[in-house]
Amino acid sequence: MTRRPFEQDRPVPGPERPEAPSGGEPRAARKPAPPEAPVRMGRRRFLGGALAGGAGVVALGAMGERLAGGAQPAVAVQSSPSVPAAHQWAMVVDLRYCNGCKMCTTACETAHYLHADQTWIDVFTMTNAAGENYFMPRPCMMCEDPPCVPVCPVSANFRTAEGITLVDQSRCIGTRICMNACPYQARYFNWGNPRPAPRQPFPQEPSWPVPQVKGTVGKCVFCAAMLPSGKVPECVAKCPMGVLYLGDLESDVAVNGLGATVKLSDFLAENDAVKFKESYGTHPRCYYIPGHGQDLETDTETA
Amino acid sequence: MSDQQASVPSPLDDGVRAREDLRSAAMRPVLERQRWWWPAVVVLGAVVVLGVVAWAVQLADGLGVAGYNDQAFWAVYEADLVAFIGVSYGGAVVSAVLRLTKATWRAPLTRIAEATALVTLPVGMLFIVPHLGSPQRIWELAWPPYWNLSSPILWDFFAVSTYLLATAVFFYLPLIADLPVAAERLAGRPGLRARCCRLLYRALGGAHEVSVPRRRLIEGSIGLVAIMVIPMAVSVHSVLSFAFASSSRPGYLETIFPVYFVVAALYSGIALVVLTVAAARRLFHLEAFIHPRHFVRLGFLLVAFGAAYLYLTFTEYLIDGYSGTSGLAAWVRQDLTGRYWVPFWFYFVAAGVVPLVIMMVRRARTMGGVVTAAGLVVGALWVKRLVIVIPPATEPLVRSPLAASGVLTGDWGTYHFTWVPISITLAATAAVPLLLLVLFRFVPILPIAEMEELESYEEELAEAVEITARTPQPSPRGAASRPLIPPASACAPATLTTATTPPGRLGSPPGDVGGLAPGRGVAFGWPR
Repeated sequence: MTRRPFEQDRPVPGPERPEAPSGGEPRAARKPAPPEAPVRMGRRRFLGGALAGGAGVVALGAMGERLAGGAQPAVAVQSSPSVPAAHQWAMVVDLRYCNGCKMCTTACETAHYLHADQTWIDVFTMTNAAGENYFMPRPCMMCEDPPCVPVCPVSANFRTAEGITLVDQSRCIGTRICMNACPYQARYFNWGNPRPAPRQPFPQEPSWPVPQVKGTVGKCVFCAAMLPSGKVPECVAKCPMGVLYLGDLESDVAVNGLGATVKLSDFLAENDAVKFKESYGTHPRCYYIPGHGQDLETDTETA
Repeated sequence: MSDQQASVPSPLDDGVRAREDLRSAAMRPVLERQRWWWPAVVVLGAVVVLGVVAWAVQLADGLGVAGYNDQAFWAVYEADLVAFIGVSYGGAVVSAVLRLTKATWRAPLTRIAEATALVTLPVGMLFIVPHLGSPQRIWELAWPPYWNLSSPILWDFFAVSTYLLATAVFFYLPLIADLPVAAERLAGRPGLRARCCRLLYRALGGAHEVSVPRRRLIEGSIGLVAIMVIPMAVSVHSVLSFAFASSSRPGYLETIFPVYFVVAALYSGIALVVLTVAAARRLFHLEAFIHPRHFVRLGFLLVAFGAAYLYLTFTEYLIDGYSGTSGLAAWVRQDLTGRYWVPFWFYFVAAGVVPLVIMMVRRARTMGGVVTAAGLVVGALWVKRLVIVIPPATEPLVRSPLAASGVLTGDWGTYHFTWVPISITLAATAAVPLLLLVLFRFVPILPIAEMEELESYEEELAEAVEITARTPQPSPRGAASRPLIPPASACAPATLTTATTPPGRLGSPPGDVGGLAPGRGVAFGWPR
């Protein structure tokens, strides 16, 4: 079984970084020249200051570049990756058939040994404009421009070449700024000791974060470790209504837990699929097929 | 003015005694241990220990014991981080800004203000430890291969550490000239602490009398650091605000946040300087050097920032409330009239209205009034930080605010206040005076050299004024300026020379030295 098929596109540190934090200090020390410092240190000090200042400028430039990159609309999936990936995973939620049984939530929590409130896939009870209730499952949207990734100070968040956003729980320091950044509230912190899990087939890693790690952030991973072996995510497999589809934008196919297989692009187009909070520029890869009179952006949730 | 001057003893007769007074007053906390010192240290230390215990409990059981949950992922620690780093701004303002604007009245306050900054900043920085879910990995922030340069938190870390270094330098540089005096006072004293002090002074490079060129070098450095520390201070709270603003949450996603944070920090910083200066004046008997008028001036500075902060608050709520976005409007409504109306309006009255009223009413504009206002500001701005941090974090983004009312079952939204963050906050609050008490057992509490320079300058000024008065003056301007400038510029350091520009040039009568009447108390207070 291939276990780690992803090209992990972690941010690679540039050569200028070591000097970056001290951008202003050596400059500061240069002019006043603390009284103990002999004069012959002058040139070295100056060079140090100039180097550090230059590095700061480069670092700022790098940040600007990254920010600018984040603001651009995501490129089309087929043409985007410099490293071609075999799959581009997506999910389709057919809201017309969801009966709110929350089997997906339970299945996910069982598979990943989560606490009851760690609803990596949550099901909201919504009320449409006509006052009727319907149910809205919400997994991780696997955004093409995930806002959670660039805010992490220690690069613990990353997006794989197959389009799955993961958390490295061996690196996460728990600042929770990604929870602040995610507009879908799809991230869950381990506020206490995680649920104990039996020995897993392979060690804890971003694509199979079982058991969870105390003091780190966890989130829906599309059961990434299962996908290479041809298994659909737990929530998709256990949905009795066939609401959830695992899709692959690369091969343009989606399947649900009942065994229905559809041509993804046709399925989305024919059923007027929408994305949730698309206006945030996150380019989610989770598609919703709304039923009659359902509008995710304006409908409210009932308690 | 001239009548008042007549009642003041001549600075020339009084000079030597004044110098002696200043030196012993500045060294009093170092030389004598007050009766209350040990009890105070023990009590404050006990509170700090309580905080450490609370943190140990949190470390064992996870952040959940601090009342956090997925719907309230940021709360008290983040507010504390902002508040404690914010109050350290007072040191930068009183020292750097007033130094650059040549406000000589600041002199007796600078050491206390800079020490406050030096102490509050590390305490504020330490809040990152309970804030983190995995504090054992905090070293990753300093490990370049892991750095993610697009993260606001990483830049927070850079900005705050740079600012801490600058604050330390800014505290150290003016201290150098005082160390010989302090060493002389301590010479021959027995005891471990005296020995530690002497070792410290030697380590800091102040064993010998500071020569004039070296003094001038130090003064130049202070000027430069004073300039640099201001943009650094601005950067710290700006970047801190980016951590909140880089989100899509109503209440966090605010363009006004960097300015809002910086002004709040300056506001609370000045307030804390008022409190520490008042406490030091009372406890270490510095009444001869720190005058009630100092507090009134600080009070004006305080309300200037208070008014600015009130204005920014008004702008933020007005524009957000006006916007048609349902999330923003709901957030404004619950702050003003909804779930958080009590803390919001407490802030508005205590840190917005009351300080302004105190400074507007002449009878309230006293030392007591300013200290009251400052105490209210420090407390109310902490509450305001809670109002800034907690409600938007607990606001559901997928759930609607309507549904939220059923879900938000905590004290503030979904957040539950527990004893753990409250103990840690109390511990940090106690750590500030504790560290100050310890610090002033080692360093002089007044900037001796700076005040003596200013005093000798004032003496020259007084002398010049006398000469001016005696000379039949066709032009008071020329008479006042000519005897003054050469001696002042010859002996006074660079930063002070501009201050010696006689006000006569500005057209005021020679006796009125820019509002600082000559006399012994000139540099330190007002002979009124």
